[in-house]
Amino acid sequence: MYFLRRLLFLLPLTLLIITLAFFLVRIAPGGPFDRERSPASPAVERALAERYHLNESLLSQYLRFLGLKWERQPDGSWKRASGGLITGDLGLSLKYRNHSVSDIIRQGLPVSLALGGTAFLFALGFGIPMGFYTAVRRGQTGDWMGSLVALVVLCVPGFVIGPVLILLLALKAGWFPVGLWGTASHGVLPMATLGLYFGGRVARLTREGMGQALQSEFVRTAQAKGVSAAGVLLRHALPLGLMPVVSYSGPMLADLLTGSFVVENIFQIPGIGVFMVNSSLSRDYTMVVGLVLLYALLLLLLNLGVDLAYSLLDPRVRHE
Amino acid sequence: MISAAFLAVIILLALLVPWLSPYGTGQASDFQFSAPDRQHWFGTDVHGRDVFTRVFAGARISLLVGAVGTAVSLVIGVFWGMVAGYVGGRLDGVLMRAVDVLYSLPSIVFVIVLITTLEGHVKRWIGAWAPDWVPAARMLFLFTGLGAVSWLTMARIVRGQVLSLRTRPFVLASQSLGASHRRILLRHILPNVTGVVIVYLTLTVPAIILYESFLSYLGLGIQPPDASLGTLIAEGAAQINPLRVFWWLIVCPGAVLTFTLLALNFLGDGLRDALDPRDG
Repeated sequence: MYFLRRLLFLLPLTLLIITLAFFLVRIAPGGPFDRERSPASPAVERALAERYHLNESLLSQYLRFLGLKWERQPDGSWKRASGGLITGDLGLSLKYRNHSVSDIIRQGLPVSLALGGTAFLFALGFGIPMGFYTAVRRGQTGDWMGSLVALVVLCVPGFVIGPVLILLLALKAGWFPVGLWGTASHGVLPMATLGLYFGGRVARLTREGMGQALQSEFVRTAQAKGVSAAGVLLRHALPLGLMPVVSYSGPMLADLLTGSFVVENIFQIPGIGVFMVNSSLSRDYTMVVGLVLLYALLLLLLNLGVDLAYSLLDPRVRHE
Repeated sequence: MISAAFLAVIILLALLVPWLSPYGTGQASDFQFSAPDRQHWFGTDVHGRDVFTRVFAGARISLLVGAVGTAVSLVIGVFWGMVAGYVGGRLDGVLMRAVDVLYSLPSIVFVIVLITTLEGHVKRWIGAWAPDWVPAARMLFLFTGLGAVSWLTMARIVRGQVLSLRTRPFVLASQSLGASHRRILLRHILPNVTGVVIVYLTLTVPAIILYESFLSYLGLGIQPPDASLGTLIAEGAAQINPLRVFWWLIVCPGAVLTFTLLALNFLGDGLRDALDPRDG
């Protein structure tokens, strides 16, 4: 019941977010047809604005975007303008003319999904063992060293790790291709660049969660009734210790799957992360709104999934 | 303790080096790409500028952006969270849903729109009043932009704290003694959230410095000839090529950035451990 209500609540929330994005990008000064060099003549610009309905009032543009715009036909009857969000049409990109926003997303999304998905697995594979180890060795040298590594990967920006990895592993050692996208070996360096930061976060969360789990009473009970040390750690403490990671994995996945500007830019990967930044910079209104819609939907759905997983993993959590 | 001392050293260096250095921060010379030696401790860059001087001038700007951006997020976040938690009910619902909505908006879109919107208006405004200050306006946008996207978590944390503080006996007592809401909020609740807020602050500063370096990497941050650590790293990364490796251009600013962030994070962790009652 609780989840059904949240699922229903998702629609107005998403609508609110994209409405916000819709007006936000249009309020910003400048327009999609501005160019620094050889600006188009005013007549051409007017024609472009008319073609993409940018000459209409904001409200009218918004209605058209939603697909709720009714136009008067030459014969006097009223007809709904074609397209719009309710038909699943996000419109044409203003920068890549003749390409619809959905097409661009459809082309880039699989790449970003593959890269983000592997980076997610990388982050978990790196972070959970690391956090587990540091929590078990709390206060010892191993804890100190592991926590330092986790912090270092958190503090080095991706645009430092990326070029350094390229320099060492691609140019010097020649193990991996320098950039581009295609075979599995193309994906290794971008995956590591993208995943390391999140791996550091996962490691810290795991350490925190494990630390709390190890102090709780049921762990002491398990120890007292003679469960082996490994059994206590793996069977009793770990599931609870991973709860912070579970709740972080929703936003983390949303961030990873919608692509990363830095990584896609460094390795020249044709994903959608680059579009997120470039479209806001070049005022590609339709593109921005489309990408925001994608991100928001993904984030909200994943957060819902996380809460669902939460109540399955931890029976103490009850949703009224 | 070590991290606090280290941080103090970095701040001191950032303040003193550009001032004491024999080289100006933007002073070009004939020595292009010379490796670190006794004259240029961190080597020189493409224009023969001394990287050591530039790195610490950049650290100064990065720290400034981090500090002021954090202050902006502090003011908004604490105010928002305190009001939501204290008033509760419908207003709490509205305020926190607003936070949820902003969470779901990709922050980069928000920052870009905010910076460019402000740029248009504020530049014109400042240009009319004090034309000399136009370059400094960029910093202003960065402060507000970064602060505006970083206050969300702060608001959530403060609200959570206030929710539990609101029903504590000392708050109820002063309420029944007839204290005004403002007095309760400022004199009784605010001091009690300070601990948590300070801890989270020390973790926000590095996050904002990192975000600024990302924006500079995009070309939205600090404009040349000024430089932050982020722009220096981006410049260094642009010089990477297989023929000759100018490693000092990326390693030196990268190391200073990393160590600064490390020190800030250690400080935050240390403070949290010290203030957390669970660990004895």
